[in-house]
Amino acid sequence: MLEVADAVVRYGAITALHGITFEVNEGEIVTLLGANGAGKSTTLRMVSGLQAPASGSITFQGRDISHTRAHDFAKLGVSHVPEGRRIFPQMSVEENLEMGAFRRRGSISEDLERIYETFPILKERRKQLGSNLSGGEQQMLAIGRALMSQPTLLLLDEPSMGLAPMIVDTIFRIIGEIRAAGTTVLLVEQNAAHALRLADRGYVLENGRIVLAGPASELLVDPRVRAVYLGEDVDSAS
Amino acid sequence: MIRDLLQRAPMRRLLVVLGVVAVIELITGPPGSNQYPTSGFTGSYAEAASFFGIFRTQRWLVFLALALVAWGVVELWTRFGTAIRSRGSHALAGPRQMTEKRPVRVGFALVLFVLGILLPHIVNNAFWQSALVTYVAIYVLLAIGLNVVVGFAGLLDLGYVAFYAIGAYTTAWVTGALPTPPPFGHPLDAFWAIPFAVVFVVIAGVLLGAPTLRLRGDYLAIVTLGFGEIITIFANNLYGITGGSTGTKQIPHPVFHVGPIKYTWGLAPVPYYYLALGSVVLFLVIFSLLQRSRVGRAWTAIREDEVAAESLGINPLKFKVMAFAVGAASAGFAGVITASADNFLFPSSFTLVFSINILVLVILGGMGSISGVVVGAIIIQVIQAYLNHTPPSGYQQPDLYIYVGALLITMMIFRPAGLIPSRQRRREITLYEKSHEGHPDEVLLGDDV
Repeated sequence: MLEVADAVVRYGAITALHGITFEVNEGEIVTLLGANGAGKSTTLRMVSGLQAPASGSITFQGRDISHTRAHDFAKLGVSHVPEGRRIFPQMSVEENLEMGAFRRRGSISEDLERIYETFPILKERRKQLGSNLSGGEQQMLAIGRALMSQPTLLLLDEPSMGLAPMIVDTIFRIIGEIRAAGTTVLLVEQNAAHALRLADRGYVLENGRIVLAGPASELLVDPRVRAVYLGEDVDSAS
Repeated sequence: MIRDLLQRAPMRRLLVVLGVVAVIELITGPPGSNQYPTSGFTGSYAEAASFFGIFRTQRWLVFLALALVAWGVVELWTRFGTAIRSRGSHALAGPRQMTEKRPVRVGFALVLFVLGILLPHIVNNAFWQSALVTYVAIYVLLAIGLNVVVGFAGLLDLGYVAFYAIGAYTTAWVTGALPTPPPFGHPLDAFWAIPFAVVFVVIAGVLLGAPTLRLRGDYLAIVTLGFGEIITIFANNLYGITGGSTGTKQIPHPVFHVGPIKYTWGLAPVPYYYLALGSVVLFLVIFSLLQRSRVGRAWTAIREDEVAAESLGINPLKFKVMAFAVGAASAGFAGVITASADNFLFPSSFTLVFSINILVLVILGGMGSISGVVVGAIIIQVIQAYLNHTPPSGYQQPDLYIYVGALLITMMIFRPAGLIPSRQRRREITLYEKSHEGHPDEVLLGDDV
C-alpha cells in the first residue's frame, strides 16, 4: 500500500534521513521505533507531505506521492495525527471532529456517531472546548478527528506521549480496533514494548537509518531491541 | 507592619495605580524647553491648571480621584464580583440565550440599521453630519475588512492602508484625475470606480498574498508593513502616473446614471453617508455569511493550528490569500468613497500610522467579532471627532495617541478579548469561569516548525 524507497530528507545542511526504505501493506499495523532524534517524526512528516524528500520515492497505492502537498493527502485517504495532538483549542469537541471531514461532501452525522461509539468520553464532552480536555481525551479527539476523513491509511505520531499508563492501554486497544475496522496504521512510538505487542511488523530507526526490521514478535525478543528500548540487560536476555 | 501591609494584593495594586497617576500626570503636562529642561517635570506636578477646562481644580487631584475610584471599583469587583455575577447570571440567562437566537439577532440588526438610516436627521449639526462619513463610516468599513484578515484568519497585516490607497487612486484614475489616461480613453463617473477598485485591490491582495503568506506571524507583519510603504512611495515618486506628492485635486463627485435614473452626489455629506452606510451593510452581510461558511471554518482552523489544518486537507495558502483579497475589498470601497467625497488625494495621507489606527480599532473592538469591531470603531472614532471638533483646553491633536494607547493597555489587562469578544472567545471565557474543571496544567503541546 505504502512504499518508501531510499528516501533522504535534509533540513538545510543537516541530513535527518539517510535513505530509508520500508513498506506498509494493506491491513497491517506497522510501527517505527527509535530514540529521540532518530528520524521517526521526520519520516511521518515526509509520508504526510509536510516535508518533501530530497531524493527517493514514496508510493501510495501505486501513485508517486513524494511531491504531493500535505493538504492533498486527506483526499488520497491518508490521515495524519501529528505529534503533540494539535487539536483546535478554541473549537468544541464536535467542531474539531467536523473539521476532520473538511474535504468530504455530504452528511457526516453517521461518522460522528461512529466516532462517539469508539470514544464515548468525547460524546460526553462534545460541547467542551478542545483546550479543556485532558491529555488522553485530546489524543482520542485527535485520532477521532483524523478518522472523520475516512482514511485508508492512518499515520499516528507518538500517541502515548505524556499519557498515564492506563490511558495508553486504552489508546492502543482502540488502535487495534481501528485496524480491525479496515484502516491500515503506521505507528511511530517510543513506547517500544506496547507498540511491538500491537503491531504486525516493526522498523527500528537510528540516526536517520533503518537498522533493524522484521515481524513485531521477533523484534520483541531481539536482544538488541530489548537492550536499547526495553531497558533490559543484554546478558540476561541472551 | 508596613511590610505586611505592602504584601497585600490590594495595597500593591493601589501603589501601581498611584504610579500610573504620576506617569499620566507627566505625559499630559507641559513640555520642557531648552532653557528650563526640568520645567516639564516641575510643571507637570506643580501646575495648577484646570483639567481640560472641565473641572476647575489641579489636574493631579482629578487624576488621583479618578484613580482611587477605579481602584475601589476593581477591589470591590475582585471581592464580590463572582457572587454578583452568579446571582446576576440567573436573571441574565433568559435574555442572553435570546441573543444567541437567530431571529432576535436579525431583529436587533434591523433596528440598528433603521437607526443608522435616521441618524443624519437626528444629528443635524453640519460638522457631525460630515464626521459620520469621514470619521465613522469609512473607518467602520476599513475595520471590518481588516478584521477578516486579522480576526478571522489570524494574519497580522500592517500594510492594510495600501488597499485603501489603491482604492482611492483607482478612483482618481478612472475619473481621469491622474496624469495617466483613464481606461477606455475617456473619464468615467466616480461611481463606476467601485468595480475597478474592487478588482484592483483583490488583484493586489493576491499579488501580495501569494508569495508572502507562506510566512508566519512576525515575518508576515514585516512584509505587509513593507508593502504598505512601497505603495505610498510609488504614489509619491511615480510623478507621471500618480501625480507625485501633490496628488490630485480634480476627482469629481460620483454620479449614478443608468437609464432614466440619475443621481448626483454633491458637496453635502449626507448622501455620502448613505453610500458608505450601504457599503457597510453590504460588507457586514458578506463577512458574516463568510464567517459562518466553510471558508470561515477553514480560517478558524488555520488561525488556531496551521499544521493541523493542513493535515486535515485545508490548503492554508489558498484560504489565507482569500482572506487577504476579501478583506482588501472593503478597503477598496472605502478608498473610492473617500476620494470622491473629498475630491482630492495625497500620498502622505496613506501612512503606516493609518494602518495601525485601523488595527487598534479591530483590537479594541474584539478581533474576530464583527459586532465588536463595528462598536469599537464607532466609539473610538466618535471620541476622536469630538476631541478634534471641540478640543478641550490643553488638548492637542497628537495627544489622542496617549489616550488611545492608555486605553489599549488597560483593555489588554482587563479585557484582552476586546469590547465584545467573538463568540469563540466569549465561550472560552464563560466555560473557564463556570467550571474550572478543565485541565489547565495539560496545555497543548505544539512545536512550531
